[in-house]
Amino acid sequence: MGVNGGAAGTRPQPPKKSATGAKVVTVTSGKGGVGKTTTAANIGVALARLDQRVVLIDADIGLRNLDIIMGLENRIVYDLVDVVEGRCKLRQAMIKHKQLPELYLIPAAQTRDKTAVSPADMVKIADQLRPEFDFILIDCPAGIERGFRNAVAPADEVLIVTNPEVSAVRDADRIIGLLEAEGKNAPHLILNRVKTEMIRKGEMLSPEDVTDILAIKLIGIVPEDESVVSASNSGTPLAFLDGSRAGTAYRNIALRLMGENVPFMQLEDNSGFLKRIQRLFGGQNG
Amino acid sequence: MPSLIDRMLGRTSKTGTGSKAKERLQFILIHDRINLPPERLEAMKAEILQVISKYVSVDSSNVDIALQNRERTPAIVAEIPFNKTVEGDDPDEDEPPKPPKSPLKDAEKKP
Ligand SMILES: Nc1ncnc2c1ncn2[C@@H]1O[C@H](COP(=O)(O)OP(=O)(O)O)[C@@H](O)[C@H]1O
Ligand SMILES: [Mg+2]
Repeated sequence: MGVNGGAAGTRPQPPKKSATGAKVVTVTSGKGGVGKTTTAANIGVALARLDQRVVLIDADIGLRNLDIIMGLENRIVYDLVDVVEGRCKLRQAMIKHKQLPELYLIPAAQTRDKTAVSPADMVKIADQLRPEFDFILIDCPAGIERGFRNAVAPADEVLIVTNPEVSAVRDADRIIGLLEAEGKNAPHLILNRVKTEMIRKGEMLSPEDVTDILAIKLIGIVPEDESVVSASNSGTPLAFLDGSRAGTAYRNIALRLMGENVPFMQLEDNSGFLKRIQRLFGGQNG
Repeated sequence: MPSLIDRMLGRTSKTGTGSKAKERLQFILIHDRINLPPERLEAMKAEILQVISKYVSVDSSNVDIALQNRERTPAIVAEIPFNKTVEGDDPDEDEPPKPPKSPLKDAEKKP
């Protein structure tokens, strides 16, 4: 697998579209507020910008917000529960993104009963979508209840988002244990909201600390970045723009999901942290 | 000894709250993973020692029984040194264990 550099702007070889059907990727965490929805939206955008055909599914029934982060909230007519309960065809619930015509969103229902969707429904929907897409990205609700079961049921790959904080890491471990018990493929870790300056001072868990503790492989390190919030404010995920550190991190995760061996990026320019981090994780295919 | 990443970051001490977080997490997760709270673990350790002490005299001041995580698989690892016994010494004064009669040993003694 050719390494094409992790820097923003470099394009890999022409992306291969899946001939065998979409890979279903579920973004989960256990704990709420660690950045699942933000991560799912940004990886979705990054994949679509790499010419992948992507459908995002918001599995957070009753608390939908992927539509807002994506800036698509005004275009919802039907939702996931409408599909499951037969009020519309799957196609009718898919909102096409205007700037990225190969990016779609299936929104969650806002008001309905959380138990309206079952794991079997999710598997069925994913199987219907598989032939037409390269990636099906599922945004999982917090917790380990029905919504979690729904979101992971069809997953080929599970991404665990956590923050370098004790409670978030503990909840991530719980989720990893549940996935192991279900016989799922080993999940990959996204460490979100990393503050290099605090790590340097010894005041924050480092990526190495967290992978030591959780014993799963890293697929992304996303720095704390204020522009993540402003991008969400305006409904244009950061991954639309080139040049930001977090945006580059999302793009690198997208490339790794596509099978590229992208070195882990620099968390801070002036520290020499780049080369060091690359040496640590560079040989590892996310 | 500071870890590789510590040295890379010029982080020389292990005194920051980051390493404290790591230590605490390792302790918490080991109990989470086997679903055994610390006090139950202590009870189990005591019972293990009790069983072993029925057969041999244990050097109780140097016992080390701890949970370990190998990758994601928890294991209990015990180091339980025995007291050196001088020839003819009774290993346990209070309740001398009755070693089961070994036919092999008896056979050795015969000739
Ligand atoms: N890398 C980041 N830098 C700064 N803020 C972030 C980052 N990732 C997420 N956030 C913020 O954290 C909050 C929670 O994120 P969200 O994606 O809604 O979490 P979840 O879906 O896990 O509940 C949001 O306000 C979001 O803007
Ligand atoms: Mg969310």
